[in-house]
Amino acid sequence: MLVLEKRPTPSKGWAWGTPFLAVALTMIAGGAMFALLGKDPVEAIRTIFWDPLFNAQFASYSRPQLLVKAAPLILIAIGLSLGFRAGIWNIGAEGQYIMGAVFGAAAGLALYPAETRWIFPLMIVAGAFGGFLWAMIPAILKTKFRTNEILVSLLLVYVAENILASMALGALRNPEGGGFPGSRNLSQWPAAANKELIAGTGLHWGVVAAVIAVIAAYVLLQRHILGFQIKLSGQAPRAARFAGVKPETLVVLCMGLSGALAGLAGVFEVAGPAGQISIDFNQGYGFTAIIVAFLGRLHPVGILLAGLLMALTYIGGELAQFMLGLPSAAIQAFQGMLLFFLLAVDVLSNYRIRLASFGREAR
Amino acid sequence: MTGDTLLSVEGIGKSYPGVRANDDVSFRIGAGEVHALLGENGAGKSTLVKMIYGLVKPDVGRMMLRGKAYAPAEPRAARSSGVAMVFQHFSLFEALNVAENVALGMDNPPPMRELSGRIREVSEGYGLPLDPARLVGDLSAGERQRVEIVRCLLQSPKLFIMDEPTSVLTPQEVEILFRTLRQLAAEGTSILYISHKLEEIRALCDAATILRRGKVVGSLVPKDVSAREMAEMMVGATLNAPARAAGKQGPVALRVTGLSVPSPSAFGTSLKDVGFEVRQGEVLGIGGVAGNGQDELLAALSGEIRTGRDVVQVHGRGIGDVGPNERRRDGICTAPEERLGHAAAPDMSLMENALLSGSVRKHLTKKGFIDWHGTRAFAEEVVKTFDVRTPGIGTAARALSGGNLQKFVLGREILQEPEIIIVNQPTWGVDAAAAAFIRQRLLDRAAAGAAVVVISQDIDEIMEIADRFAALNEGRLSEPVPTQGLTIDQIGLMLGGAHGMHEAEAHHAGA
Amino acid sequence: MEIFGINIAVLIASLMVASVPIMLAAIGELVVEKAGVLNLGVEGMMIMGAICGFITAVHTGSPMVGFLGGAAGAMALSLVFILLTQVFLANQVATGLALTLFGLGLSSLLGQGYNGIKPPRLGDVPFGPLENIPFFGRVLFTHDIMVYASIAIVAAVWAVLKYSRAGLILRAVGESHDAAHALGYKVVRIRILAILFGAAMAGLGGAYVSLVRVPQWTDGITAGAGWIALAIVVFASWKPWRVLIGAYLFGGITVLQLNLQAAGARIPVEYLSMSPYLITILVLVIMSSGRGRASLNAPAALGQNFHASR
Repeated sequence: MLVLEKRPTPSKGWAWGTPFLAVALTMIAGGAMFALLGKDPVEAIRTIFWDPLFNAQFASYSRPQLLVKAAPLILIAIGLSLGFRAGIWNIGAEGQYIMGAVFGAAAGLALYPAETRWIFPLMIVAGAFGGFLWAMIPAILKTKFRTNEILVSLLLVYVAENILASMALGALRNPEGGGFPGSRNLSQWPAAANKELIAGTGLHWGVVAAVIAVIAAYVLLQRHILGFQIKLSGQAPRAARFAGVKPETLVVLCMGLSGALAGLAGVFEVAGPAGQISIDFNQGYGFTAIIVAFLGRLHPVGILLAGLLMALTYIGGELAQFMLGLPSAAIQAFQGMLLFFLLAVDVLSNYRIRLASFGREAR
Repeated sequence: MTGDTLLSVEGIGKSYPGVRANDDVSFRIGAGEVHALLGENGAGKSTLVKMIYGLVKPDVGRMMLRGKAYAPAEPRAARSSGVAMVFQHFSLFEALNVAENVALGMDNPPPMRELSGRIREVSEGYGLPLDPARLVGDLSAGERQRVEIVRCLLQSPKLFIMDEPTSVLTPQEVEILFRTLRQLAAEGTSILYISHKLEEIRALCDAATILRRGKVVGSLVPKDVSAREMAEMMVGATLNAPARAAGKQGPVALRVTGLSVPSPSAFGTSLKDVGFEVRQGEVLGIGGVAGNGQDELLAALSGEIRTGRDVVQVHGRGIGDVGPNERRRDGICTAPEERLGHAAAPDMSLMENALLSGSVRKHLTKKGFIDWHGTRAFAEEVVKTFDVRTPGIGTAARALSGGNLQKFVLGREILQEPEIIIVNQPTWGVDAAAAAFIRQRLLDRAAAGAAVVVISQDIDEIMEIADRFAALNEGRLSEPVPTQGLTIDQIGLMLGGAHGMHEAEAHHAGA
Repeated sequence: MEIFGINIAVLIASLMVASVPIMLAAIGELVVEKAGVLNLGVEGMMIMGAICGFITAVHTGSPMVGFLGGAAGAMALSLVFILLTQVFLANQVATGLALTLFGLGLSSLLGQGYNGIKPPRLGDVPFGPLENIPFFGRVLFTHDIMVYASIAIVAAVWAVLKYSRAGLILRAVGESHDAAHALGYKVVRIRILAILFGAAMAGLGGAYVSLVRVPQWTDGITAGAGWIALAIVVFASWKPWRVLIGAYLFGGITVLQLNLQAAGARIPVEYLSMSPYLITILVLVIMSSGRGRASLNAPAALGQNFHASR
């Protein structure tokens, strides 16, 4: 009989080992799922994880895509990880991401067709502000009325999606678009475009922002008293108050920061890879980023790696869809599975699993 | 009174990783006997009774109940064999009422209406009045214990286990409890009484088994030996009472006036017009039964609860409206009762826990950036000076034993050399040697000119170290009086006498 | 009786239908939370119920068997939640989210090839002449069996929680798992049963969406109903009858805004469709700002994992 026994001190080795174990287990279970769908599991896994990077035929297209897809995931996940560590559950990043894109695009389009170099920076500020503002709704409701931030932030995603639809069909619709929904194409307007900085690499301003966010979060958590307070609040809220942390300040700070980062991701996406505000430009990055944050163990470096891996499943998934006819939903289920396995193997870092002989106490 | 053997425990052993909780423990309890299980914290008393109650299974050894093999697989089996238990940490549900709580502890409870009637009947028959319809969260600690006792009594147990029952009672309430227990024993019920309070055992028990580090180190008749002899068997060494220098008292360092705050928790106690003064070099002891506003008082002094500016004054300057870190800057350090989760973060290392409250006075941050080097040095100083037994300062707080963590927490505050130090239950759950050490350190701090406030539920502790005593009862604080010459009865009355007895009085008046 | 060209009897009758899915999901989650478990995977379980119920109904031709299939599908998904939170002691918030993300993916995978199919229709319960009573006949006696069943389930949950020993034990486990364990109750087993019940209810609710409300299969068909069910549990302050009120309130808003859309009101469609979510938020704010005794109904051990030590 297996018995769980709490470790006196969480295992450092397993903390780093579990993500790799989870990925391995997901590949096995995912392979089984692909086999059930009638696909060759080995080929499917290879198409998703290997071909985008190393297959001569696809790598030239896929490799730059890795950075393009990973940047928003990392940017959002870094923000979420700070809140998750503090026990503040912002799960509406998708909404903040959308609002960032809407605000950013609106700020830019208001000046169309001007050609000054201030437009793109202005859009970035507006995008961050949009995400921040959207995240402030649950933050303030939580601090003033103790309303559950999980539910409010999530419900606001549906509101944001409706606002996005209304913008794409109304206020921001391209007047020269022949009545089709969707805004002007920002990526084709030099003053507003989030350009590829080095051709053929996928490196754009969002990638730069993501790298800066990773470094800043690392310094904050390792070296700064604020990072310490964030960790303390999540682990022992009473001890945090004893240490002089004001819970309200922390809620506003963590929600605001994660909202602003999600907003940034939105504006970089809409001005670059997506190119325009449309009903469905958002690809669910805000939700996938939750998986990225956990997979990266809420650690900045971990998130960097997890973001790249998750981006790979997107690209590989598209490739598998194209090459093997694997439904895109299978990839979504695959990503969900990854989070399950991660949570399951997490038990190893906090508990020791012991084989107890029968007849003894097993509780 | 002591007749046939009811329960015999033979060679019981139980190990946990790294700890041998019980090792070859044997003893027997006669029918109608009040049997004491005596030992320090961590001596293995709780593990032993949990095995008798079926919550834990022994690794080796056997038990016999009324001559038959007894190996309860779960508490339900123990209860059906006639074994009942009152827990040290209550097994009650605050949001449920008395009758529902009682019903949950019974295997086949009668319908609610009938049960309520029986609760009234039994509780008053044993002098422990209870209202079945009240929410348990609204009851005092003593009344909650009554709920547990009545729950057991309704099942007419043969063996009644009580784990440290008096730690939550006033002296008057202890007297009532003892009357009830004697009545039970006279009716033939055996009682296994777990305690580390020697005088109580001498007053109540027919026989005693003494445990030390999981082993039986003696069996005796308490009335035949002195408390000192028992103490030495229990601790295994002779103890010295803390030395108290006749210190000079300076001007008033801390003044609290008109402190009234609602409790932040649903079933907490609000403070009502609390006021006192402490001078430099003085130790003020604040006694009281658990749940009479101790946590709230500490929080109001530490800055976790804010009040009007002048409600709390340090050297005549109002600081009631500022938070914990500002107060630390002004020289106030505090140590809350709950070690894990309040005074220390369980999963963080000792080093991080040193930073938790030490950052301000030890200057461990520069422009918000943490000086890990200085933090490490501070943590190491605490561990060394206070003899904290730990593999290293990288160890998580929850991995330490209660006593060691308590030494760490107290050491962390004392080594910040506060001008005012306020501690809540400084030696709760700590073994005798460590408790003596902690008390000595607090006295040393007072001798060095600090104002010391000790909030404690242990009257003996307060009498040992405090210059003046005040009682906290239902959120109100009595006028402090000198401890010299104070009797246990006077203290008992200051603590509020016996809580919730008015129903019995009303009942008797009506009868 | 008509207001703005909307027939009131029809409005009430249709809000009763519209509220069924969230009422079922919310009453299930209420039981789960009363046992001290926070399962944020309601949305995922609902959509699994929706697709499994749809597939079963299409293949058997029986909507009633479809509902059973929906409940079974959601319960199967909840086994993952049970394994993770009750055995491996994983964080309940994270696991619930994972359940939703995975459920959305898996349902759309299972639903490939079921787009555009009509499921077998669930008929109304025949009440004969009662249906002809003016106003009340239309409001009360023109519904399918699930409308009545959902109300009956709310009543049953209320009675069990309030009067039965099983209900008392369930509340005790949610209040303090340590105390319940000390008394010898099987905390984990009781919680597992509660989670399975919650899943079955979410599954029924989901199946009602795909079989009756819409009735067809499209990806993401539940559109946040699971999240609204979670909000309604808070709105109800963990009291069963208030779940009914909350569900009717939400159903009413949904039906009203759909009617307004159909009536060509001059408010843009997007703003009408976001109104149920906004009003849910508003209600949450009002409920959570009220201090005092109401907050005591929240189970004290909600969201905490139980691990017996020593």
